[in-house]
Amino acid sequence: MREALDQWLFVYAALGITLAGTLALVLSSWHAMRRAEKRREETRKR
Amino acid sequence: MHGFANPARFLKIARWLTMPLLVSGLVISMCAVLWGLTQVPPDRLMGETVRILFVHVPAAWLSMGGWSAIAIASLAELVWRHPLAAIAARAAAVPGATFTAICLATGSIWGRPTWGTWWVWDGRLTSMLVLLFLYFGYIALSSSLAREGQSSRIAAIFGLVGAINIPIINRSVVWWNSLHQPPSITMGQSAIDPVFLWPLLIATLGFSLLFGGVVLARMRAILADIQAEARLRRKALQAEESLA
Repeated sequence: MREALDQWLFVYAALGITLAGTLALVLSSWHAMRRAEKRREETRKR
Repeated sequence: MHGFANPARFLKIARWLTMPLLVSGLVISMCAVLWGLTQVPPDRLMGETVRILFVHVPAAWLSMGGWSAIAIASLAELVWRHPLAAIAARAAAVPGATFTAICLATGSIWGRPTWGTWWVWDGRLTSMLVLLFLYFGYIALSSSLAREGQSSRIAAIFGLVGAINIPIINRSVVWWNSLHQPPSITMGQSAIDPVFLWPLLIATLGFSLLFGGVVLARMRAILADIQAEARLRRKALQAEESLA
């Protein structure tokens, strides 16, 4: 029983790292894209 | 390939593809991971920790796939002078490094309950760590070249030379004694039971779509920055000329 509980902790840790890393990558890339495209539009209007 | 050399044409396709790739990638990968978490039985030897397979293997595939993309784009830049190749290579570097770090972290977490250790300096783990450092080097080099406005040819050569590490990673478990298991999936063959294989393949597809969406978003960001800089420079020159 103790061993099964420990194994799930390893599984959750691996999934948590993957989820956090993937979401951080997606959100940072999306925001960088939006910011850069907004800046390009502003330079066009100037 | 040169059909996409026109940034305007590329942007038209990229705008249409980015969001669907990101959303479908997120949905498919999360469904596959949930499938692996709730529907797959524990492994006879590894127990519940076998579920780490569904994030570790796609991350490993994308870490090597990311550098392969950099190498192909570098070749396209050096040989065919494709105008978007350097941008594609730069855009693939950060996602590739992220998935390499995820692969190393999840592998280490998986190693503790199955091997009894977080880390060993064997061929597979060391060559993956070398890949992470290659990514860091490439990101630093390509960013500094872009910031200084210099040619990206040095980064392209670095991308091609670094590709030597990809077959080393792939064959490391065959060439050297390792705690890491030998390849389970080879061309047309699999040693993995279908109950594990299907969610694994679907998770790999989902994370690959996500990777594609992230690369497109980063390419759009780099292109928009270049266009904004060029426009500002042109306007500054025009203002200077009108003053003179």
